[in-house]
Amino acid sequence: MASNTHDTAHDAAHGAADAAHGGGSAMPQLDFSTFSNQIFWLAVTLVVIYLILSRVALPRIAAVLAERQGTITNDLAAAEDLKAKAVEAENAYNKALADARAEAQRIAAEARAEIQSELDEAIAKADAEIADKAAESEKAIAEIRAEAAVTARQVATETAAEIVNALGGSADAAAVEAAVADQLKG
Amino acid sequence: MRKAGVIKVTDPPDDRRNELMGKIYFWIVLALVVVSGLLFAPEKAGLAIHPMDQFQVKSYFSDHVGMFSITNVTLWLGLAVLAVFALLVLGTSRRAIVPGRAQSVAELAYGFIYKMVEDVAGKDAIKFFPYIMTLFMFIVMANFLGLIPMSFTTTSHIAVTAILAALVFFTVTIVGFVKNGVGFLGLFWVSSAPLPLRPILAIIELISYFVRPVSHSIRLAGNVMAGHAVLKVFAGFAGALGLFSFLPIFAITAVYALEVLVAFIQAYVFTILTCVYLKDALHPSH
Repeated sequence: MASNTHDTAHDAAHGAADAAHGGGSAMPQLDFSTFSNQIFWLAVTLVVIYLILSRVALPRIAAVLAERQGTITNDLAAAEDLKAKAVEAENAYNKALADARAEAQRIAAEARAEIQSELDEAIAKADAEIADKAAESEKAIAEIRAEAAVTARQVATETAAEIVNALGGSADAAAVEAAVADQLKG
Repeated sequence: MRKAGVIKVTDPPDDRRNELMGKIYFWIVLALVVVSGLLFAPEKAGLAIHPMDQFQVKSYFSDHVGMFSITNVTLWLGLAVLAVFALLVLGTSRRAIVPGRAQSVAELAYGFIYKMVEDVAGKDAIKFFPYIMTLFMFIVMANFLGLIPMSFTTTSHIAVTAILAALVFFTVTIVGFVKNGVGFLGLFWVSSAPLPLRPILAIIELISYFVRPVSHSIRLAGNVMAGHAVLKVFAGFAGALGLFSFLPIFAITAVYALEVLVAFIQAYVFTILTCVYLKDALHPSH
């Protein structure tokens, strides 16, 4: 009897506990006996997560993001710098190229002018030489001509005198000469 | 050119082989499912579906669940803390300029919540960012951990979500009065409405204000609990149907995919509502 009541009491207690624990049919969510446990551990959890986040995780991620932003900004600035430098270098190159071209043209013009002046000089010199030579030749021709004229006169005079002598006359030298001069003039 | 030709030649047989292998795998899996259904679904199992058993709080070292008992709640809350720690602290430990996978996810979470606080609650709410980030990371981690089979889902309990919602409610109310003084009551006095309507609207606004923590907490717990219970119900069917158990198993797969979505969306909804309430506290004018 006693043991029976004990069993019944035990069963009843067990049933109550089952009901309290949800027992499969009811909702364990509405078992208020577990609320204090859940709330206590939830509070611990939230405090721990909050401390982890606010002390370690969030500052670290913020730092990483800021650092990345900084790196990107720096890299962009560096790229801008390098681009400006490249443009500058290109300009310098173009300027050097233009300078070199101008210099080359100047040198070429100078060389051309020099050659022209040398050429002119040489031509003038050649002209002068040619003129000299022409004058000399003319002089020589004139001399030859004069000599030939003298010789022809002499030969004519002598020949005339001989002819006159041969014809039997005695030739007056002055008369013969005058006659020859007369003939030559004609 | 030649390579492309070679690939063209070899592709169709590969495709066909893959298709064939896929079919073979499908039939093997189906056969396994059927056999296991026949072997492990004895008639005595019947329709023994206990979808709510998974939510029971159990003490590990004693019969009684006291306030400081080590329970499955303790275990899974602790695992949530570890998960948050692993993602946000261990994942970012390299502080890489070019982030790895874990760091990317951590930075995404940070940027996601930071932007949400900034956009929804305003720039002056940024000082509440660690608080809101704590709520979001806890809920999302607890929800995802709850999707592990045989796990205990802490966010399915109204005790947990009610505390979270109450924290938000009291924070918002206190911040509202500290920032705006009596002007915070302007939140209930709709100055854009015609004067005779304002007292009625004030009552409605007041009621809706006090209903906020209720809907805030029940929305999260209800969604998570319902999803998990549905999974368990289908699992019970799978045990009972024997030969046709593949049908509920496909259903479980689909519902599980939905639950993965819900796990994130509910965390998101909880967080964005927190931001909305915070905006009300900081800028109570309508």
